Amino acid sequence: MKKLLLGNEALAQGAIDAGISGVYAYPGTPSTEITEYIQRSKTAKELKIHSKWSVNEKTAMEAALGMSYAGKRSMTVMKHVGLNVAADVFMNMSVSGINGGLVVVVADDPSMHSSQNEQDSRYYGKFAMIPILEPSTQQECYEITKYAFELSESLGLPVLIRLVTRLSHSRAGVETGNRTPQKNLKLPSNPTQFQLIPMHARGRYKHLVDIQSDILETSENSYFNEFKKGPNTSIGIIASGITYNYLMENFEGEDCPYPILKVSQYPIPKKPVKQLFNTCKKILVLEDGYPFIEEAISDFLGENRKVIGRLSGDIPRVGELNPDNIANALGFDIIINETIPKVVAGRPPELCVGCGHRDLFDAVNALGKEMGSQQVFGDIGCYALGVLKPYESINTLIDMGASITMAKGAADAGVHPSIAIIGDSTFTHSGMTGLLDAVIENTQITVIISDNSAIAMTGAQDSSASGRLISICKGLGVNEEHLKIITPLHKNLDDNINLIRDEINYKGVSVIISQRPCVQLPKEKKDKLKELKKVTLN
Amino acid sequence: MKTNIILAGVGGQGILTIAAVLDTAALDCNLNIKQSEVHGISQRGGAVQSHVRISDKEIFSDLIPQGKADMIISVEPMELLRYLPYLKEGGHLVTDSNPFINIANYPEMDALYTEIKSQPNSILLDAKKIAKDLGNSRATNIVLLGAASALLPLTDESLKKAIQTLFERKGERIVNKNLEAFEKGKEVAAEIVS
Repeated sequence: MKKLLLGNEALAQGAIDAGISGVYAYPGTPSTEITEYIQRSKTAKELKIHSKWSVNEKTAMEAALGMSYAGKRSMTVMKHVGLNVAADVFMNMSVSGINGGLVVVVADDPSMHSSQNEQDSRYYGKFAMIPILEPSTQQECYEITKYAFELSESLGLPVLIRLVTRLSHSRAGVETGNRTPQKNLKLPSNPTQFQLIPMHARGRYKHLVDIQSDILETSENSYFNEFKKGPNTSIGIIASGITYNYLMENFEGEDCPYPILKVSQYPIPKKPVKQLFNTCKKILVLEDGYPFIEEAISDFLGENRKVIGRLSGDIPRVGELNPDNIANALGFDIIINETIPKVVAGRPPELCVGCGHRDLFDAVNALGKEMGSQQVFGDIGCYALGVLKPYESINTLIDMGASITMAKGAADAGVHPSIAIIGDSTFTHSGMTGLLDAVIENTQITVIISDNSAIAMTGAQDSSASGRLISICKGLGVNEEHLKIITPLHKNLDDNINLIRDEINYKGVSVIISQRPCVQLPKEKKDKLKELKKVTLN
Repeated sequence: MKTNIILAGVGGQGILTIAAVLDTAALDCNLNIKQSEVHGISQRGGAVQSHVRISDKEIFSDLIPQGKADMIISVEPMELLRYLPYLKEGGHLVTDSNPFINIANYPEMDALYTEIKSQPNSILLDAKKIAKDLGNSRATNIVLLGAASALLPLTDESLKKAIQTLFERKGERIVNKNLEAFEKGKEVAAEIVS
């Protein structure tokens, strides 16, 4: 019987069945459920597949490369902006190549449902000159993952699988197949492969460039790229990944009259694109994310343009695609009978009732009013909702860890008070190094670590920071007299305001750990944290 | 046969339980299914929806096109109205009447109810009270599912079997409470329609 799986879960099952020995990841919407599925899987447990969360995407990807170095299959998973964090190893491991199959899974978030940009990871794949796979259905998520490991080993390169939110978070029945056994430990046969000193790296890079034609051949012969003939050649359509479904939806089970090139493997397959160019008057490119294919196959000067899509304005330039905006591009009528009634008000997300971040914002806002200046540098997590009403406590939200370093730069420029608010898990992800910068110069900033002992936004996963914050801060050199703990509760409001005020006035780095477990945590986890807290305070 | 259903509510209200029952029942009837859902920031008290598509043929899109939904089932009255552009002509609406007020500018209840009642095929019921009277206010979702069941392409047997499967690990009492909630929802909706 078919299993009902999210795109993410189908991919995870595909990885288990491909014989991985480990998955390395940091949570991030829309990618989180991939790793969680493997963490919950009985088979994965029996096979001792590593699945514990990593501290960030860079450490995750490097560990996955280490496992590949040892000859075993490994996978690393992240959201699109997580790949920025891991970009260093990502760009270099395509030069070194791999030993055991290595698959990088990146879930993009067109329309920014839960992200700060809609960057398209296919550019990273092209940048690193490696194959990219882009499934269109849950069934393909499963199959493409198994294929990705074969492809990785046959080319000796990491392979990128690109997902988008709607496929990650949509369920369908999936037929699963056999499982490949895990690989044995087998160290690289070429001793210089992973030694990227310039003299070796040049040779490896030359090799990467030389095999580009082989990589193109794999996509041109790929089972996942399909040319479908059609009688009406007034338009030829290139549909990549999930957009193929939106396209076909418009024909409601009938055959599409136009020739279609369905693309789920890159580099962009040249031969079928040429075939489409030769036979059709116009080419419509459908892709979720940036105009990656459209840009590559368009005429640069736009003088002899026969390609239409996001760049030409026939498809909206931003936001995710759906059956409706594709219907528009095809000139089909959309019959909408009703509009949203005027009485309907917007309902943005908000912090949970009883959340500790709320009480922290109350204290920070009171001080802002009192001091006549409120410059608070925020970070990525639930507390980013402090940007919105009713709190409006936070001035910036850019990337993981930027709160501390931006507060430092602003303080260097003369801003006072300069406050950073960062979550516990974001702090261990990317905040620690920035804090060291501030400690080295003893910059006058106030760092508040809002410690709810969870990676709350993505579903309260375990935080790497739990029980370790004090020792990390001490280890980084924070002055113990300016390393404080508060409990963000309404009854403590005045005490908390007084303590934060003192630290703001201190002419150096202070760190305040505002500590209260996430209300979403199950009771047994909260109890465990209480025990842990007693230990750390002693 | 193809049925497009939009489930609406506020993050944390549990519309995915309804989705799970529909998915399980559809799979059990050997039908194809696609069901998209919302994870991430919106789950924190924001507007959330799930698109459920059930068919005996291949389903392409994970999202329902506008003007093509056969039905909107909502656990909150204002959230029901947010998705009206998706409703096809003659489509059905089923909603709980209890507001979830977590915004300052929540509209007047009368205005909301007037809008809902002006729709030709709407079923507005106090599912929360029905569930509470049955001794399990957490079964509000299942009351609504029962209220919508006559409109679904799935048999009552398959839906009840799915309820059984999904609540099994919570014990027999909870299973029975939910089955009662389903029946009662069905009954109340039949009264409203007649």
